[in-house]
Amino acid sequence: MRLAGARTLFDKEVLRFWKVSVQTVAAPVLTAVLYLLIFGHVLEDHVQVFPGVGYTSFLIPGLVMMSVLQNAYANSSSSLIQSKVTGNLVFLLVTPLSHWAWFLAYVGASVVRGLVVGLGVFAVTVWFAPAHFAEPWWIVVFAVLGAGMLGSLGLIAGLWAEKFDQTAAFQNFLIMPMTFLSGVFYSVHSLPPFWLALSHANPFFYMIDGFRRGFFGVSDVSPWLSLAVVGASFMVVAAIAVRLLASGYKIRN
Amino acid sequence: MPVAVVFDQVAKSYAGGRDAVRALDGVSFNIEQGEFFGLLGPNGAGKTTLISVLAGLTRASSGRVTVMGHDVVRDYAAARKSIGVVPQELVFDPFFSVRECLELQSGYFGIRHNGAWIDELLAGLGLADKGQVNMRQLSGGMKRRVLVAQALVHKPPVIVLDEPTAGVDVELRQTLWGFIANLNKQGHTVLLTTHYLEEAEALCGRIAMLKQGRVVALDRTANLLAGTASTMLRFKTDGALPPAVAAQARVTGRRVQIAAHDAAEVETLLGELRHAGVKVEDLEIGRADLEDVFLEIMQRETVA
Repeated sequence: MRLAGARTLFDKEVLRFWKVSVQTVAAPVLTAVLYLLIFGHVLEDHVQVFPGVGYTSFLIPGLVMMSVLQNAYANSSSSLIQSKVTGNLVFLLVTPLSHWAWFLAYVGASVVRGLVVGLGVFAVTVWFAPAHFAEPWWIVVFAVLGAGMLGSLGLIAGLWAEKFDQTAAFQNFLIMPMTFLSGVFYSVHSLPPFWLALSHANPFFYMIDGFRRGFFGVSDVSPWLSLAVVGASFMVVAAIAVRLLASGYKIRN
Repeated sequence: MPVAVVFDQVAKSYAGGRDAVRALDGVSFNIEQGEFFGLLGPNGAGKTTLISVLAGLTRASSGRVTVMGHDVVRDYAAARKSIGVVPQELVFDPFFSVRECLELQSGYFGIRHNGAWIDELLAGLGLADKGQVNMRQLSGGMKRRVLVAQALVHKPPVIVLDEPTAGVDVELRQTLWGFIANLNKQGHTVLLTTHYLEEAEALCGRIAMLKQGRVVALDRTANLLAGTASTMLRFKTDGALPPAVAAQARVTGRRVQIAAHDAAEVETLLGELRHAGVKVEDLEIGRADLEDVFLEIMQRETVA
């Protein structure tokens, strides 16, 4: 029964974003393509990060992963805050769904949205530069783990926030800076020592670096280190989200 | 009769330092299976808080609540499967059609392939032609019907209606009460809160009245009506009432209502009005209704 309930909530969350896919899928794909056109055009002949890899090729996995992460966050956070503000969260609160069911459904749907947008970005940008798939398993592992972590973070933000601008602030002042400063547009090795050290404290850096490893077979740090950092970060964020759901934080009071 | 709902010393405080609010203050009563039970009280009496505790929407500070024998905290899944709640606010999910909303709600309770019962609900609530319509496109009354259908998708033995007819037209009230009364006849327990006391009088076999988070009356509706001044004098006037009469009167615009215990008291009141030269129109002498009982109890009960 509980699995059937969780499955229904997952289906509903996927349907919710799919019904407005122009806004939730097409728009972020267009944004990523604009980044590629502008940065790729300006920097293609000036920057080479990995030997034999053009800047546009280097940029594509970063943009794909950035889109995966931002959209996974947006899915769970916007769904929860909308339901809280409009009051229709009551339809879920009166059901027998456990906190685990809520977690699996919200985070699962966030992962799906992140991956759908990521595939969309890749499908459009891949025409601008040759594609590489050196170690494809890392692509899948980091995309799913990264989306899971950001979906969990979105869940926490959605539970905590009481107004739309609070989830937007979370996005603008935390998620955006951490993704932009994680090596989406550059290799962190090109940074001065202080900023290089700071980047190594940013879990988003390991997500992007491990993800890019899957395409080119080279990375700034070992993919196993990235896996350990991203895996541990996901576990911590997921544990907080599950704990908040179990306690009914800001939703059952 | 087996018990459907138990409230046992339920208290709820909202933190706020020195301004802490005690929304519920040791509420205890049972609702038996198959009852049509009314929960009445002025705004802020704690009705919605009590229902929220019952439905798992909020947690009591202390005390215990069970639904069909299931504790609403420890055994929340079984308790929530036993209860269907029609919320007071007119809320809806704008992404989905009426049928999608009902299918999703069934699914949350682990019920797939619930089409036959959903068809029955749509037909019974006058929504048969609205299944494919998006929730945003429905009128307020239609949205209210969908709320009722959503509360019933899992066929709960206990149905809770939190002011379901607030701002609803007469036709919908008739449809709604016909449908709910029929479910009650089939054995469903109904807990109703409403500000329309004539509805409570007509429908509820037993009534609890809350004031400032405490139960101030709990009895069969007939006993509550019998236990108060049985006669009401009602009339309209433009004149100023003499002070002795005004002190016991309930005045709404031109309409005046005064409780009287017997014919002699009616005669005395009319004599005083005549003596004061008050011109009385549309005079009626009738039995007290639940509104009279309600106001008398609320005025009488002062909670410390």
